[in-house]
Formats: sequence, C-alpha cells, structure tokens
Amino acid sequence: MAKKTLGFIIKSLPYRDEVSRLAITHAISSQSVDIYLDDGDSVEPILCFIDDGVLNCIKGQEAIKHYGNTSIEMHIENALLVDLKVYICKEDLERFGLTEKDVVLDAEKFGADTKAEIVPYSFIHQKLEEVDHLQFF
Amino acid sequence: MAKLTIGTFSSLIGSLSLDFAVKLSDAALKKGHSVDLWLSGNATTLAKKDQKAFRDYSALQKPVEEMLSTGRFKMTSCEACSEARGIHKKDMIEGVNRQSMDWYLASCFSADRVLLIGGD
Repeated sequence: MAKKTLGFIIKSLPYRDEVSRLAITHAISSQSVDIYLDDGDSVEPILCFIDDGVLNCIKGQEAIKHYGNTSIEMHIENALLVDLKVYICKEDLERFGLTEKDVVLDAEKFGADTKAEIVPYSFIHQKLEEVDHLQFF
Repeated sequence: MAKLTIGTFSSLIGSLSLDFAVKLSDAALKKGHSVDLWLSGNATTLAKKDQKAFRDYSALQKPVEEMLSTGRFKMTSCEACSEARGIHKKDMIEGVNRQSMDWYLASCFSADRVLLIGGD
C-alpha cells in the first residue's frame, strides 16, 4: 500500500498552446488511476501555478465564446471539484498586479469544498521538495 | 534495472523534443532499463505509421519499432488527443498502445524516474 505524489508545475501561458490545459487534465485523471494500481495504492497530484502560469487562473475566461472550447478556468474548477490541491504563487500574481479577487479560488457553484490557495513561492518550493515526481508544464 | 517514464507533448515535426525523447529512450534501453513513453497532445503524431523519411524532417518510426521489439519499451498514445487529431487505431504503428491519461499517472506511480520532455 503506497501513495505517490506527483507535482504538476504550470508555468506556461494559457491558450498559447495546450500545455497548461493538458497538465490540469492529466492531474484530474488521477481520479480514475486506481484501475491500473494495486489495491490500496494511490496517486496524489498537486497543481502549482507559477511564473506566467498564474495567468491560467484568471477569472472570467470566455474560451467558449471566442474559441468554442472549454476554458482553463473550468478545468481548474473541475480540479477543485475532485479535491485536488491547487496552489497559486503569490509573488507571481503580484508581478502581474493581480489579487485574490482576480483568480479562481473555488468552485462553490458546483458544490466543491476544496479551495485553491495563494501561497508564497517558498511554500511551493517546499512542496516541490516533498513530491515523488515533479513535472514542469 | 530501473524503469523510466517519459511524458512528451511536442509534435513529430516542428520540434526536436521528440527526437531527444526517442534517443534518450534508446540510450536507457541499451543500459538495460525499461521505458514507458507517453504521447500526449501533438506528440501523438509520433504514433502515426507510414512516416516517410525525408532528410529535412524527423522520421522516428524505425527507431520506435526497433525499441518496441526489445520488449522493454512501451509507447502509449493518449486516446483523446489522438482521436482529436484524426489519428485512429488503424493509423498507428503496430505495437503502440492507446490509453487515457490515467494510464500515464499509473506509469508515473511505478517509475523510478519521471521526465517530462518538450512541454511546449
């Protein structure tokens, strides 16, 4: 019986390519990974948005209106809905003049209890040290 | 011997990230390790069969087939990413698997090392 933590570090811009979206969907797929694992084994992903990646978290994305696709905001809400840990770098938000009012922190409208957290980079760095495998997107 | 899981996102043509991932896989196999290569996003183009080798473009079908023949190399393509690009099972190199993203996470679970190459 083992648990492995996977760090998904998202530093790429939203909508320039599909990398940040794929990072989130891969993390969410942890919900069904059990079918490949032995009983009791599990995978716990954490999502960290740093650098330009914090722009993925901006509220009010209109991807459906402009591209006809689901928004990254919706994917982050889905991640919160399945109780993934989501961390957003405080310093990088400030670099863009963004505050907690500007970013997705919850998915209460879907009944999610889990909330994203705005944390100092030192906190994220500590998480990077703790995970079993680390991937930068 | 160790197991290496490599995730890739870049396309076959237009980036050399896949070339690097394939070369790294080959080097790991030659050292006796096993490799899971996960193709997601544009990297699913690597799974397409009938790649024609031009000198100006990457053509990785042959080295992939050679690695598959070792029995210690698995190449698995994201099913949704493939279908979205019109790459169906019949279009793929023989021996390449198609799975959903959770397969990749399970591969990460059992890997000694995980590398994401070409996240662009």
